[in-house]
Amino acid sequence: MTDLALPAAETAARTAAPTVAGRPRRRTLAYLQAAPLALVFLVFLVVPLVLTGIVSLWEYNEYEIIPALTLQNYADVFDGCLSADLCTTLRTYLSTVKFVALTLAITLPLGFAIAYFLAFYIRSGTVRMGLFLLCTIPFWTSNVIRMISWIPLLGRNGLVNDTLRALGLIRAPIEGLLYSDFAVVLAFVHLDTVFMIVPIFNSLARIDRRLIEAARDCGASGAQILWTVILPLAKPGIAIGTIFVTTLVMGDFVTVGVMGGQQIASVGKVIQVQMAYLQFPAAAANAMVLLAAVLLMILGLTRMIDLRREL
Amino acid sequence: MDRPRGLAFYLLAGVFALYVLFLYGPTLTILALSFQGPSGGLTFPMNGVSTHWFAKLWEGVGVVDIWAALRRSLALGLVVMALTVTIAFYAGIAFRKGFRGAGLVFALAVSSLIVPSIVVSLGIGLEFRLLDDAIKALAAATGWGFLEDHGTLMGLYTSALGAHLTWTLPFGLLIMFAVFNRFDPAYEEAARDLGASGPQTLRHVVVPILAPALVGVALFGFTLSFDELARTSQAIGGRNTLPLELQGLTTTVTTPEIYALGTMTTAVSALVIGTALGLTLWLQKRRARRAMAGLR
Repeated sequence: MTDLALPAAETAARTAAPTVAGRPRRRTLAYLQAAPLALVFLVFLVVPLVLTGIVSLWEYNEYEIIPALTLQNYADVFDGCLSADLCTTLRTYLSTVKFVALTLAITLPLGFAIAYFLAFYIRSGTVRMGLFLLCTIPFWTSNVIRMISWIPLLGRNGLVNDTLRALGLIRAPIEGLLYSDFAVVLAFVHLDTVFMIVPIFNSLARIDRRLIEAARDCGASGAQILWTVILPLAKPGIAIGTIFVTTLVMGDFVTVGVMGGQQIASVGKVIQVQMAYLQFPAAAANAMVLLAAVLLMILGLTRMIDLRREL
Repeated sequence: MDRPRGLAFYLLAGVFALYVLFLYGPTLTILALSFQGPSGGLTFPMNGVSTHWFAKLWEGVGVVDIWAALRRSLALGLVVMALTVTIAFYAGIAFRKGFRGAGLVFALAVSSLIVPSIVVSLGIGLEFRLLDDAIKALAAATGWGFLEDHGTLMGLYTSALGAHLTWTLPFGLLIMFAVFNRFDPAYEEAARDLGASGPQTLRHVVVPILAPALVGVALFGFTLSFDELARTSQAIGGRNTLPLELQGLTTTVTTPEIYALGTMTTAVSALVIGTALGLTLWLQKRRARRAMAGLR
């Protein structure tokens, strides 16, 4: 089934890949044109990451950081992890991973359902584009604003509690709506579902409709078509969406801070606090561990797909 | 799929409608509540309708100079927008021609999206602190006067700008890839056959055809920068951008003033998005009109 879809993707890849190997002047020009991009990533991504790695091995005291090699920072990160009760780091990671799992469990089916609806059930291209934009526009507005906009709904005297009380379903307001795990997951779903919708929609939109016709002609039921034809072809989109949501939730400190009422721990928040106390090497060590954890989590996913072919 | 609309359609349409409500509902709520009467609180009911909280916002929020923060965010957003469009456009062209190391640069762009923002931010913060230390050490060693009163290199148009670019450029580049994948090289060949030079082809053929996409990249660049928070957090000097001030205000402000602020920033974003979408539509319409005129 996959082979059938490949020719279209191949042609797309070929037009993107080097069309002109040609004259050396054009080559030089290409280097010049790509240089600013490469330079930005070198100065603001590669060097910072390398420096973070180096500083994570430095000593520090209350006043300054000292360029002397030590593994103490990493030892501090995992301090007590071998004892019977879990260390702070491990507990923090477990809490963060729990948020990742819950967010994925909701955004994945939700994002797929919406992308599927847009790609297969909306016949007019203009309407489809309009509805697609409707889903993506909030992505261009402030995350903090979108978080605080839950306050009037979920607060102690918020709309949800008031409505439930008016209906006589509860007597006292539910306390745990705002500033709780529930609120954090709700905000993650609210903010990050778009990162599922867009790549999955992109994958679904390029499925050759004749494949589905063929499957139906061969007697496949709707569920069978979904499971054996559409889902495998949507896998790259699902993988990209999952990677996005995973890294966004793993590295988050703003959502957990605002929606958790500054009471819930997260890895990003630990790093932020250490930076605020100028404990740079400790923060750097934590950042390195976080980076390693995230890379491990997405390694399997990235192996499944060739990202450039997806565009 | 040209099937009769069955149960699945209505179910999915229901899910979609609920999702859109979920997406926009809360924002609309604070939009309404920002017009809360002077005696009203953070939640419903509305105690009258007024622009009281906007007036209070105009006077300033406590010690924070919100308007200076807004100006900084707008200015930075415009710079990021211009740089994102230019850099991503030329990089898109370079990737199309192909060059040695293209795979590596692409991998960097993707990593830039995937590395958690807090890690990037911390790295840039560290980089600039180490640079400052190095400059101070140099000043002490050489006694050069002009280095003596060095403060910090960290700032809006250095570290924060770089942090924003690591977030906007990958999106810009991915859009350019998608666009060039659908771009017919025949146009360029035709231009070249007619005697256009490289820059002429770019200026009169490629850019006009890609104009709607470039507007899209500009939109991404501005709005992503205007609302950026996580990557800026550790990579900015003393003067905060608007989202950073906003995040600080969530814990201290307990009046609808914060909703008024939210309404205002959302309005700025909406204005930019609306302008960009309108411009794209207008460009496409104009192109269609010209194509029709060409046919006649």
